[in-house]
Amino acid sequence: MDPLILSRIQFGANISFHILFPTITIALGWVLLFFKLRYNATNDSAWMRAYFTWVKVFALSFAMGVVSGVTMSFQFGTNWPGYMEKVGNIAGPLLAYEILTAFFLEAAFLGIMLFGFRRVSNRIHTLATVLVAGGTTVSAFWIIALNSWMQTPAGFEMRDGVAHAVDWWAIIFNPSMPYRLTHMLLASGLTVSFLIAGLSALRYLTGDRSESMWKALRTGVFTAAILIPIQIFAGDQHGLNTLEHQPQKIAAMEANWNTGPNVPLVLFALPDEAAKENKFEIAIPDGASLVLRHSTSGVVPGLNDYPGNHPPVFPVFWGFRVMVGTGILMLLVSWSAAFFLKRRHSLPKPLAMLMVPMALSGWLATLAGWYTTEIGRQPWLVTGVLKTGDAVGPVAGSHVALTLATYLVLYVLLLIAYLGVLVHLALKAAKDGDSSPLPGVMNAAMSQPAAGE
Amino acid sequence: MSFDWPTALPLIFAGLMGLAILIYVILDGFDLGIGILFAAAEDAEQDTMIAAIGPFWDANETWLVLAVGLLLVAFPLAHGVILTALYIPVFVLLLGLILRGVAFDFRAKVPAGRKHRWNRIFFLGSLIASLAQGYMLGVYVLGLDVGLGGMAFGVLVAFCLAAAYAAMGAAWVIYKTEGELQKKAVRWLRTTLVLTALGMAAVSLATPFASPRIFDKWFVWPEMLYLSPLPILSALLFLWLWRQTFHLPKPDDRHSLTPFLTLAAIFALGFAGLAWSFYPFVVPDRLTIWQAASAPESLAIILAGTVVVLPIIIFYSFYAYRVFGGKATDLTYD
Repeated sequence: MDPLILSRIQFGANISFHILFPTITIALGWVLLFFKLRYNATNDSAWMRAYFTWVKVFALSFAMGVVSGVTMSFQFGTNWPGYMEKVGNIAGPLLAYEILTAFFLEAAFLGIMLFGFRRVSNRIHTLATVLVAGGTTVSAFWIIALNSWMQTPAGFEMRDGVAHAVDWWAIIFNPSMPYRLTHMLLASGLTVSFLIAGLSALRYLTGDRSESMWKALRTGVFTAAILIPIQIFAGDQHGLNTLEHQPQKIAAMEANWNTGPNVPLVLFALPDEAAKENKFEIAIPDGASLVLRHSTSGVVPGLNDYPGNHPPVFPVFWGFRVMVGTGILMLLVSWSAAFFLKRRHSLPKPLAMLMVPMALSGWLATLAGWYTTEIGRQPWLVTGVLKTGDAVGPVAGSHVALTLATYLVLYVLLLIAYLGVLVHLALKAAKDGDSSPLPGVMNAAMSQPAAGE
Repeated sequence: MSFDWPTALPLIFAGLMGLAILIYVILDGFDLGIGILFAAAEDAEQDTMIAAIGPFWDANETWLVLAVGLLLVAFPLAHGVILTALYIPVFVLLLGLILRGVAFDFRAKVPAGRKHRWNRIFFLGSLIASLAQGYMLGVYVLGLDVGLGGMAFGVLVAFCLAAAYAAMGAAWVIYKTEGELQKKAVRWLRTTLVLTALGMAAVSLATPFASPRIFDKWFVWPEMLYLSPLPILSALLFLWLWRQTFHLPKPDDRHSLTPFLTLAAIFALGFAGLAWSFYPFVVPDRLTIWQAASAPESLAIILAGTVVVLPIIIFYSFYAYRVFGGKATDLTYD
């Protein structure tokens, strides 16, 4: 068995599993702060109930993110030693700053945020929420800086085959970094707003009309409705940035085999890399030229310019379409839900039923987007500097196969347990309604809620 | 005389990494130990024990991320060599850490009927992670030799470290609880101390056979004289603590933190001994800390951040521990 492909699948599986949870915690931290600030301003305990329902989701997601993140930090060494050997001088400090400025901050104040409501003053508890939310965002900043640097490296020079930093500002704020960071933060915001809206819709469907349900539902729906057009614009800008710096990725995303003007926008196709053509293509004439160059005669890069140096077309093409398709669906659902909530102060049942599975739409779009950009980076690990195949370690294929299989089983089981708990928490909140005791009052002040709930 | 940064920086980072590992072993040691002791605890006691570590475990595990992070950023060559050689044990460690980390949260959030399952997973994860760490330490001490003898030595260290972690866990329970559970924890401490002592004796006896290099490093005159305080002091602390277990808990709960601090001191002494056994290698016999280090300019920029941030981290970590000070059974409603 080939350790390279197995290691790639393993890292892909690990990072796919990992990204699900930071995608939730980054934005959920700020949503919790919003709940907390509303409570501080209105003294309405429904806000605090919403806080305590969602802080449990935060705690669980955070734990899942931590354990899968630790796994990743080890896998750099166990599977990809060539990565740190070649670009460790760049990647190292960025990762170190993430740990120093973000991880400890989050972890230390998470305890106070979760269990300290009755232990510290309300002001300190709010501050702890700010610091945890800020910590997750700072963490995203550093990791996106590193990821963007791998996509569009800048500010370094090669000495004896090893990358050395020349300009840290250029390394951190490399050409694609601002776009990628914005895109990711908005993705996190959308993931969380659809998750909140979806689970609140589930509560709504079970007959829960409590104040805390309404507050969470409105927060989710309106946040989604506001963020999605911004995201579509930011995504478009990100695409134009990619066109400038990684044209081969755009060529694969559009399944455009030949460079030229009047390139159609392919809506559906089965790209065939061997034959260098699209099968069953449905396309809008001149569409890609219009979108990317704002002119029908705009020249769009094609895969023929990058023989042997472009990513696999099929997954990049489809990853992009799944992401955009989900985004359009998000726009339709969030705007109609916002309309009904604003005008009718109710939610039609079919729409609520659609919103429940849409709770996971953010995950789908985020994963599809990451596959587009990460597979779109291949065959490079660090564009132009290090090929993925050159970074893999000397571990036997059988070892990697064994660990990969175990990780996959474990991740599937954990994911099932996680989703089960989300539904359980939502149904329990629906059952308790506004009569649920405020945690921190009834539970041991410093403990995890002790009894199974 | 000018200060030689390219020589000093790797040394500083080796020290920082050692510090991070030591803090990790002490802090997550008691978390993992409490997980191991879960097997011997009743349901209600388990809740209290979780309450004693709930607000801290996350920050405690972050020290491991920092330690691996420092290895990764400061000694990229060593990072690759060590982690590829320990591929399977690292995987087992991660498996244990994943299981115990998520079990923490799941056990409190699943329907009541499923709580037992997650309690068992919490115990298993903690035990697996502790054993894996010990095994890795054993194999690493021998220079990553993975022959049959090396593996046996690794297994020996694994059980010794798991017992030591359980002792740390028991000491933490003594500090954070009262009543029956506290008395029970004193008995746990006594048992685990004996197991740890047996393990350490076995490891000490096996070391000269397993690694003549380390043996030579310790038993040369006059180093032997300078080094002798380490084992002698550890042994004395050990004996003293063991005797203390017959007098705990004391009236008014005096000295309830003493067992934990004593164990932490023993860990620190043992760690200093280990560090001496390796120096100046980061991969025993293969890579010195200077051969494995990153470029000085990269180390410098991390050091600048570390010098500013580390005191702040230590400050707010202390704050978090203070917020959750006192007994874990303390059911105050305000």
